[in-house]
Amino acid sequence: MRHIYADNAATTKMSQAAIRGMLPYLDGIYGNPSSLHSTGQAAKEALESARAVMARGLGCDPREITFTSGGSEADNQAIRTAAWLGAKKGKKHIVSTAFEHHAVLHTLEALEKEGFAVTLLDVHGDGLITAEEVAAAIRPDTCLVTVMYANNEVGTVEPIAEIGAVCREKGVLFHTDAVQAAGHLAIDVEKEHIDLLSLSAHKFHGPKGVGVLYARKGIPLQNLIYGGAQERGKRAGTENLPAIMGMAAAFEEALAGMDERAAHVTALRDKLIDGLGQIPHSLLNGHRTQRLPGNVSFCFEGIEGESLLLLLDDKGVEASSGSACTSGSLDPSHVLLALGRPHEIAHGSLRLSLSHENTQEEVDHIIRSVTEVVEYLRGISPVWRDLQSGKQNFVIQ
Amino acid sequence: MALYSETVMDHFRNPRNVGVIEDADGVGEVGNAKCGDIMKIYLKIKDDVIEDVKFETFGCGSAIASSSMATEMIKGKPLSEALALTNKAVAQALDGLPAHKLHCSVLAEEAIKKAIQDYYEKTGADYDKSIFPACDSCDHGCCHSH
Ligand SMILES: Cc1ncc(COP(=O)(O)O)c(C=O)c1O
Ligand SMILES: [Zn+2]
Ligand SMILES: [Zn+2]
Repeated sequence: MRHIYADNAATTKMSQAAIRGMLPYLDGIYGNPSSLHSTGQAAKEALESARAVMARGLGCDPREITFTSGGSEADNQAIRTAAWLGAKKGKKHIVSTAFEHHAVLHTLEALEKEGFAVTLLDVHGDGLITAEEVAAAIRPDTCLVTVMYANNEVGTVEPIAEIGAVCREKGVLFHTDAVQAAGHLAIDVEKEHIDLLSLSAHKFHGPKGVGVLYARKGIPLQNLIYGGAQERGKRAGTENLPAIMGMAAAFEEALAGMDERAAHVTALRDKLIDGLGQIPHSLLNGHRTQRLPGNVSFCFEGIEGESLLLLLDDKGVEASSGSACTSGSLDPSHVLLALGRPHEIAHGSLRLSLSHENTQEEVDHIIRSVTEVVEYLRGISPVWRDLQSGKQNFVIQ
Repeated sequence: MALYSETVMDHFRNPRNVGVIEDADGVGEVGNAKCGDIMKIYLKIKDDVIEDVKFETFGCGSAIASSSMATEMIKGKPLSEALALTNKAVAQALDGLPAHKLHCSVLAEEAIKKAIQDYYEKTGADYDKSIFPACDSCDHGCCHSH
């Protein structure tokens, strides 16, 4: 049976360019970039070339790029750095949003225990915040605003340039978790007034376990990992050169094909949204157009997400859900709850995240499969029976 | 997916006894949409024996498979045996469930108890109320223990 992979927000398939980019560093060029001999210096040269690629893609200086083990580490280090700088000036308030990734939210929770105050902005029904709301939340003791570039579950793209302008004007550091956006949307840290930015290679067809923390010149990073002098002493540990080279190759390829891919994927996304929207009592999560090219997120009333995923897998469709039963906790996704979806609706969620490799024909198959599975599960659901008989009212009209 | 055993997947993909009994002698519904799993059991009872049983479930793979297996285990059995069914026995018959999924299989046991209690109430039978789980004890308003 064929597999239609539609879970690219979880991770992506590595591109051939990324694999080719890595191979020489697994095989021939195995040196340690810190070594002075030729083998080491060849590795060092490669490392710096990768740094230059990442910097060009973000519109910054290579010295502003720190390689990390991925998005989570970059988020942690960015937030810890801003908190540490703030605390030195007695500023211990942070502004963020209710639907950030846990790499951000749990770091903020840890800081709260250390005496920081955190304001989480409401993301409203459509998953968007405004620069005005950020401006209104900034206090004299605010040391950081951290707002994700694009949400990993519902795909909404925040007005980053406007938020950046507000933060710059108010003299508050601005971090954005761009893990879902990097390689898919054009980012310019200069124009968008971004001070700190996190990205992760495995979301744009690069390898897992490698990412970047961009930090504007003049922001002294706070270490999470102490040790050797790698990454200007801000991130100890011998660099994962094969992964870094794979990331750079994937990023270059993603940037070169960005417009073309975005047009293709956006067309698939819109077809999918229109198709799934035909299912009665279904609801798109997140703003209709201000969203990632590949993200489709729906709630279907009367069914539960895990059974939906399992039966879709049987039909060759690989997707994800924010239901409690897929997370191992009793609570459904904090993102859907932040959008104001009631628990019973959030359990019936489905996320399909497309890539440039998906086709129109696959989208047709996905629409057919989801429609069939939703209908079947509703047929065995006591909740659906009560909704149909009028014993309970539909939440989704 | 390797989350579940082959037996769980079989009962999930081809659930036994799905449906409704319009003139059921006892009906039990447990769980809460907030929790993520709801199970409804319909019983047809004659001479204290479960002649027929059907279920409807809103829930995950574990919940649907547990409903299917539990109904198989009580079909044709005397009420006393059905009342003795535990979620452990259901999970065991399914060749095990992941630890965080046991919560979902508790519902099957409780739905059956509730349907039998409903039957006793309807028939005005004198029965020992203490063996039935109390409702509304859950802090988020559902009818089962976690
Ligand atoms: C928005 C967002 N931030 C951070 C992360 C974490 O990235 P990584 O898996 O590279 O640690 C992810 C990936 O799941 C993400 O989607
Ligand atoms: Zn469950
Ligand atoms: Zn509960």
